[in-house]
Amino acid sequence: MDAVYRMQDFQDSVKCDRPPRLPQDRPVLRYRARMPWLQPLLLLAPAGLWLVLLLVFPTLLLLELSLIPDFRLGQVPGAYGVGNYLTLLDPLYLKVVGRSLFYACGTTLLCLLLGFPVSYWIALLAPRRWRSLLLLGFVLPLWTSSLLRAYAWITILRPSGVLNSFLGWLHLPGQTWLNSTPAIFIGMTYSFLPYMVLILYATLEKLDRRLLEAAADLGAKPSQTFWQVTVPQTLPGIVAAGLLVFISALGDFVVPDLLGGSSSMTVPRLVYQQFLGATRNWGLGSSLSLLLIGAVGVGIWLLLRFGDRQSDAL
Amino acid sequence: MIPIPRSWPASLTLILFLFMYFPIAVLGIYSFNTSRYSSMWEGFSLIWYQQLLSDQRIHAALGTSLGVAAIAVAISAVLGTLMAVGLAKYRFPGKGLYRGISYLPLIVPDIAIAVATLVFLSSIGRLYFGIQLSLWTIIAAHIVFCLAYIAVVVSSRLAGIDPHLEEAALDLGATPLQAFTKVLLPELLPGVLAGCLLAFVLSMDDLLISSFTAGNGASTLPMEIYSRVRTGMKPDINALSVVLILTSGILAFVAEYWCNSFGSSD
Repeated sequence: MDAVYRMQDFQDSVKCDRPPRLPQDRPVLRYRARMPWLQPLLLLAPAGLWLVLLLVFPTLLLLELSLIPDFRLGQVPGAYGVGNYLTLLDPLYLKVVGRSLFYACGTTLLCLLLGFPVSYWIALLAPRRWRSLLLLGFVLPLWTSSLLRAYAWITILRPSGVLNSFLGWLHLPGQTWLNSTPAIFIGMTYSFLPYMVLILYATLEKLDRRLLEAAADLGAKPSQTFWQVTVPQTLPGIVAAGLLVFISALGDFVVPDLLGGSSSMTVPRLVYQQFLGATRNWGLGSSLSLLLIGAVGVGIWLLLRFGDRQSDAL
Repeated sequence: MIPIPRSWPASLTLILFLFMYFPIAVLGIYSFNTSRYSSMWEGFSLIWYQQLLSDQRIHAALGTSLGVAAIAVAISAVLGTLMAVGLAKYRFPGKGLYRGISYLPLIVPDIAIAVATLVFLSSIGRLYFGIQLSLWTIIAAHIVFCLAYIAVVVSSRLAGIDPHLEEAALDLGATPLQAFTKVLLPELLPGVLAGCLLAFVLSMDDLLISSFTAGNGASTLPMEIYSRVRTGMKPDINALSVVLILTSGILAFVAEYWCNSFGSSD
């Protein structure tokens, strides 16, 4: 094709009596050579500007606000100080932070315990032609509204709900399910299990089965094969999926708010209250948000470190 | 030799499958129940669907949500695609930082993004730019996470495209714009559409960011649902859930099927 192009140029030049045009003489390319920054700028500046203006800058503003103790909307900002962060050390708030971590850790563990066998079965044991359909079945609920999925659990768990009606039908006493810790774990596991299955499936699918066979041939018991071959091979996937579920659960607002009731205050709910609820302490709310961002940041940092060590080891 | 016994993971899969679809089935069944409060079955009726059809506030909220999602996704499709192409093609100082910032909306919890946006809009935005919280501030805030998701999906599509194709087009005399629109863009299109669909669903689902940037006027569908659900059981919400879940379920099925068929054709 290049030759054809040159040939045509050559014929043109014969016709109009000027030397043949080389590709770098074309105005467009000359322009590119003179201003190499123009194209990247056109491609990257719009999105970059948007993100800086509406994400990076607001987050920095949040950082500033968190350093103004007890700032409320409409007030003249007081002097800078770390008062908001000291308030967080109050046992009342420490309890909220601890509860958030408890819910997030518990949900991660539950999702892992339930999700691993399921992903394992779908990826390695299920009939091959069913695999993608089975996976799709687990992922499909992610496309529906998280709010409506939590609402569905209210229908089931409320005092006169489906679960208690079922228990009554079995002549068993009804329980208070809604506004309790089990309700939050059920709701969160329900919300985040698909992520776990999706990532673990992708990892387990790539598992080298010959290693499993080799371990068995060399006399390993099934449990030994599992713990010494399968788990180490899939550890990066387990860590990534666990972290994703942990972060999502830690930042979740809908499930604790709709299923948890007033006794299960979490960090995101407290932030919501400080900004849109009755208290309106924006300074404290900002420091809580930054705490949340910080926790997520530490998680990502650990993942990157852990991931690097994994690739070094290989 | 299989490390885990064959039977129990299979039965666990079946149980969890039921667990995933049981709540959705319950919503579906109760949307046809005559009774307002009881969980007992008191007869089949379409009364909640009729109520839904005549509920002006739900219609308005649905219209708002669709409008916000459509505009935000349309703008994000352009910005996100350009960003993904730019990140794939060029090396420049600070690229790591730029890429890191582009991942932030996927990682940072919604509530933190929502709060930061509110603080920004109600301080600097209001004082220096005269911005009032409205439908447009919701759209602006939605573009932030929509463009990030679209960029990620487009990037993964870009990774599978031969970079020499565009150079070949340039060598053959195409202008950079022609090379982009006639060579790169058609190749990217499935990725762009998949990203748009994902962003659209996320935008329609968003409660927190909309709540914090809406001000007093407009309310989106999740905001309307949230305020109703908080005040107790609403059977018309059951009917709405069924309609929405069916719609998004069908959309999702089409999208997944479509992605798979594109994937296998590669």
